[in-house]
Amino acid sequence: MPKVSSKLAAAVKCSDEFNAAACMHCGICTAVCPMGYEILPRKLFRYVQVGLEDKVKENIPNIYSCLLCGMCSENCPAEVNIPENVRFLRKYINENEFNLS
Amino acid sequence: MPLPTKDILGILADNLNQRKSVLPMSAAKTTRWAKGLDLPKGGKTILYTGHMYQLIPVIDAMAGQMSKLEDSPITKMMGLGRLGNKFINMTFFMGLLASKADQQDYDRMLRNIALLLKKANVEFGYLYGEELYSGALVYDEGIDGSFAKHAQRVCDLLKKHGVTKVITVDPHTTHTLRTAYPQFVKGFDIEVKSYLEVLAESDIEPTQQLSDALTLHDSCLYARQEGVVDQPRKLLGKAGVTMNEPELCGKNTHCCGGPLESLFPSESHRIAGNRIEQLKEAGDNITTMCPICLVGLRKAAKGSVKVNDISDTLAKVYGV
Ligand code: SF4
Ligand code: SF4
Repeated sequence: MPKVSSKLAAAVKCSDEFNAAACMHCGICTAVCPMGYEILPRKLFRYVQVGLEDKVKENIPNIYSCLLCGMCSENCPAEVNIPENVRFLRKYINENEFNLS
Repeated sequence: MPLPTKDILGILADNLNQRKSVLPMSAAKTTRWAKGLDLPKGGKTILYTGHMYQLIPVIDAMAGQMSKLEDSPITKMMGLGRLGNKFINMTFFMGLLASKADQQDYDRMLRNIALLLKKANVEFGYLYGEELYSGALVYDEGIDGSFAKHAQRVCDLLKKHGVTKVITVDPHTTHTLRTAYPQFVKGFDIEVKSYLEVLAESDIEPTQQLSDALTLHDSCLYARQEGVVDQPRKLLGKAGVTMNEPELCGKNTHCCGGPLESLFPSESHRIAGNRIEQLKEAGDNITTMCPICLVGLRKAAKGSVKVNDISDTLAKVYGV
């Protein structure tokens, strides 16, 4: 049973930076992403939204592999600011896993 | 084994905190391009290089070393590297590997930009050795505490010199100063414009027409975040240049892969390879407007097509 983390969920909830609430999971972002990783960015955001911190941690290299190029958000029908969400996740990992701020 | 993300990010943040740059360079190297141009020190409007063009030959020399490390057991020792780096500026020594020809190349691009602005009758100064790196990479990696302190430092420097307008030369510095700083520095009210925007608004006239057809590689940040799409086309169009646009262009441009160079060099090269193939389908004379795009795509092209910075093309047609 995957563990749901209240810490990540709380950080996401009180942040102005992470906002994927409008996402309708159409998958366009993943289809146009130059990296071609299955998890980037839709699935990753899903893990974050449901608070699966273990899944997020397993995917740390993918989170730092995003180019912040914005091809996804340019084509997102819900206008989700995807690069800013990725930056938020990096900030969360830097602070909570890497002791960096 | 991939490069150790935590330790590399640690080195970047330590350098920014202690030495005010992710890859500290001597003032002699960051200001060498301006020699003989007689640019006034400071002023209300300044040209702000953010050290990006100057850093490329250094990053390139280091990246060669880092991609060798990507498959090496030495990567495990990167944590020790971070410890050593706190006491000795190791990136400075790696920078000594930078090729002289590359340094002259990138210095010339900056000189082109300054001369183009002069030709367009723009009055501007330069902060010389006082100028600081923008913090772009630390912002991208989400090391927000270090970035916020640095942004404040740059803002204080600009205020100290009474600067009200900054002219930037690359998309990363433009985006960091124009879009990120106002979110991190309270009351940041300095106007930020890319030299391409400034030139496009001026009445600079070409001295020769160029019959070449060019293929423009749009920078992700310029096109999607900063609204710089038409300006380079207008400047080239005035000189008769025709455009062979790739399928993915303007707001739908495809990244050059450059942002991954420091953490995932082989992935960075894969993306650059994909992009150069797309560009080659459109034409064999490729023009970039970002030093990071330039170095990555040039390497990916392996000499099969020409890849040049737009400042070189503009310098030619506008006669500077
Ligand atoms: S394109 Fe936008 S709405 Fe569609 S899955 Fe991606 S983030 Fe969600
Ligand atoms: S910003 Fe990141 S997730 Fe979005 S398309 Fe670019 S690499 Fe993919």
